[in-house]
Amino acid sequence: MTTQTKFPTLEERGFGDGGNGGEGSAGRSAGGNGTALSVGPTGIWIAMASITMFFAAFTSAMVVRAGLGADWTRVALPRILYLNTAMLLASSVTLELSGRSLRAAREGPFFGWLMATAALGVAFLAGQLDAWRELAARGVYLATNPACSFFYLLTAAHGAHLAGGLLALFYLVARHRRIARGASGQTILKVTTLYWHFMDILWLYLFLMLALWV
Amino acid sequence: MAARQVTARWTGGNRTRLAPQSVRSSDVAKASSESVAPQVARGFWRKYVFSTDHQIIGRQYYFLALFAALVAMFLSWLMRVHLAWPRLAIPGLSALSASGAPAGLMTPEYYLSLLTVHGTLMIFFVLTTAPQAGFGNCLLPAQLGAERMAFPRLNMLSFWLTFTSLGVLLASFLVRGGPAISGWTAYPPLSALGSITGPGEGLGQSLWIISIALFCVASLLGALNFITTTLDLRAPGMTLMRMPLTAWAWFVTAILMLLSFAVLLAACVLLMLDRVAGTSFFVPSGLIVSGQMIHGHAGGSPLLWEHLFWFFGHPEVYIAILPAMGVTSHLLSCFARKPVFGYRAMVWATIAIGFLGFLVWGHHMFVSGMNPYSAFAFAVLTVIIAVPSAVKTFNWLGTLWGGRLRLTTAMLFALGFVSIFVSGGLSGIFLAEPPVDVQLHATYFVVAHFHLVMGMAAMFGIFSGTYFWFPKMFGRMMNETLGKIHFILTFVGAYCVFMPMYFLGMAGNVRRYAQFVDPYLQPLMPLQRFITVAALGLGAAQFLFIFNLFWSLFGGKKAGENPWQATTLEWATPGAARAVYRGPYEYAVAGQEQDFVMQNAPDAGPSRARKEAADDNADQISNA
Repeated sequence: MTTQTKFPTLEERGFGDGGNGGEGSAGRSAGGNGTALSVGPTGIWIAMASITMFFAAFTSAMVVRAGLGADWTRVALPRILYLNTAMLLASSVTLELSGRSLRAAREGPFFGWLMATAALGVAFLAGQLDAWRELAARGVYLATNPACSFFYLLTAAHGAHLAGGLLALFYLVARHRRIARGASGQTILKVTTLYWHFMDILWLYLFLMLALWV
Repeated sequence: MAARQVTARWTGGNRTRLAPQSVRSSDVAKASSESVAPQVARGFWRKYVFSTDHQIIGRQYYFLALFAALVAMFLSWLMRVHLAWPRLAIPGLSALSASGAPAGLMTPEYYLSLLTVHGTLMIFFVLTTAPQAGFGNCLLPAQLGAERMAFPRLNMLSFWLTFTSLGVLLASFLVRGGPAISGWTAYPPLSALGSITGPGEGLGQSLWIISIALFCVASLLGALNFITTTLDLRAPGMTLMRMPLTAWAWFVTAILMLLSFAVLLAACVLLMLDRVAGTSFFVPSGLIVSGQMIHGHAGGSPLLWEHLFWFFGHPEVYIAILPAMGVTSHLLSCFARKPVFGYRAMVWATIAIGFLGFLVWGHHMFVSGMNPYSAFAFAVLTVIIAVPSAVKTFNWLGTLWGGRLRLTTAMLFALGFVSIFVSGGLSGIFLAEPPVDVQLHATYFVVAHFHLVMGMAAMFGIFSGTYFWFPKMFGRMMNETLGKIHFILTFVGAYCVFMPMYFLGMAGNVRRYAQFVDPYLQPLMPLQRFITVAALGLGAAQFLFIFNLFWSLFGGKKAGENPWQATTLEWATPGAARAVYRGPYEYAVAGQEQDFVMQNAPDAGPSRARKEAADDNADQISNA
């Protein structure tokens, strides 16, 4: 007599939510082999590995290029970058607070912190643009010298990736009622939070690299 | 009618619904067919064109690769004919490019354009696309017992980005100056300075970079999908060490793609900025090109591009070959009717090749003037890759040893893979030595090496996969007689084309030249002409394959559920429960009426638990 393992349906496997996975299915086992079934978080971890390689390529290129010759002229970093960094760090905190409020079933604070996160994200991007404007006002452009090439390149690449996270935040803001009711979107919140923290850490790394080399 | 049945097999949902009587555990099948059903109700465009169904997407990738392979083969014909008879006007060639081939005689620059597009098409759009994205989409979910890929919409996006990328590359035939001339490696400074460096280096080179950047994004999204699917969506009981070796190959290949294409994308961004934004990442100071001093760039390093490119480029070689290795392992076991010899060793060899593949990129740059100590380190690491490769080859032979071989066309191509892989791979050990490589690097020896070990070997993997999985993908069998003729012609043709190139290389025949006019190369011309004739024959033989493929789509013999008597889940009854109870290669198991046990077969088979239970019973009976 053998026991037939029950085959989970698509809903049980986290496909009930239009392919986004439901919070309920996160981490549940498939009945024997112990695989996690929430594809969203797995996917974002893998995407982060790839984005890490993308920026590793840029920063290793920067270190190599800086060591090549005498044309590497260091640039005084715009002061606003410190404010931007503080805002981005704060946005990670607010997003975390938003998630906690949701888990505590407090809809108002959940939405408020979510809005604050999106606002800080927008402010960060605006601040980065301001940093570019300041450099341009000083006559420092993309091709002026290799150091500022890398400054523009790394901030632009980070900004583009952060803008993707911002779009996800806007989506969450638009759907906050449904999420608060627990109907859907929890996985997107979880995935966005992971990604947003990653953008935060990535910026800290890039800021450090820029401070050391540019 | 026939066509309708074929298309009906194109979606898993349809199959489940059309054959409810074949369902084994009905409750399970009902649940899955109901949840898949909404997809089926969509119109033609959503179902077959902008489809999120991995089975359709896999076929889209396959046919895209087939098209790219035909174009690339046609380009190689043009190149080979020109090499053998440089003064022969090729009729109609001036219609392709009036400036590149006035009166049908191609210019040296146009030869380089053809070389660039041939290499780019083959490496990206054929060898990366067909074995991984094509077969992988069609078969990975099925082999793992997953109902679909983890992110169906991303999957659709991946395909259409690849499609756009191919369109952008081919569009460069239509622009002024024609396609890029800097080869598939696009070395700066030639690729970074614009049309001053030659025809094709204007818009053509920009289109090349855009095309490759799009391809990178598509590949990254595809890899994300493959890895997540493998990690998260395996059927109950499908542990990692029960995955078929094909699934292992797709998994490791996806990891390589995820990490290496990200670097190529970054490199493409830098190169594009050098071209359009006046930066100097790769362009050095004091360059004089075409008699003109280059202003506005200074201080960059072409070597930086080479490092970034080859950090991608070497894993790319394994991206092309690992899936073919997986297919070969899978098929040798099935058609030798024996378990894979050393399954665990095969898995670890796959992982080792993937890992080491990231540490050896410097061996492409031995002639770049690198520090001899770095070259030594890269040489040692490169030679170490021979170890897992040899483990694989040993295990393939071990799998064949004493097997009851069924020499189907698919099996012949798998055997051909082993032969060609060894013939091409052994020369890699020579090239891994810096002193030897410096001598051979710019010669046909290298052309022979990579065409055999990567190009032809991976093509043999694609062919064996096609003959093997055609019944699964299209519900019909391919013609075996035509297939065997195709195999013999391709096998003999491949050796006739590429083996002589080793001798050309050892005799000092340079590569990348459009014509061999130097006196010292004249004695080698008869061999060059032999290669061209063989290449024309090898290419012509492929039309047998094309004919067989399309004829069998509609007129092939109907395939049964499991025509090869294979064990893995892609051959399981549609809709049957996909719980897994055993490893992937249980052939020739003692005490069975059939000589194979499928992975989802719960009852039969001498599984240890059952055997022990039986022994316990016997003990109890004897005690009583």
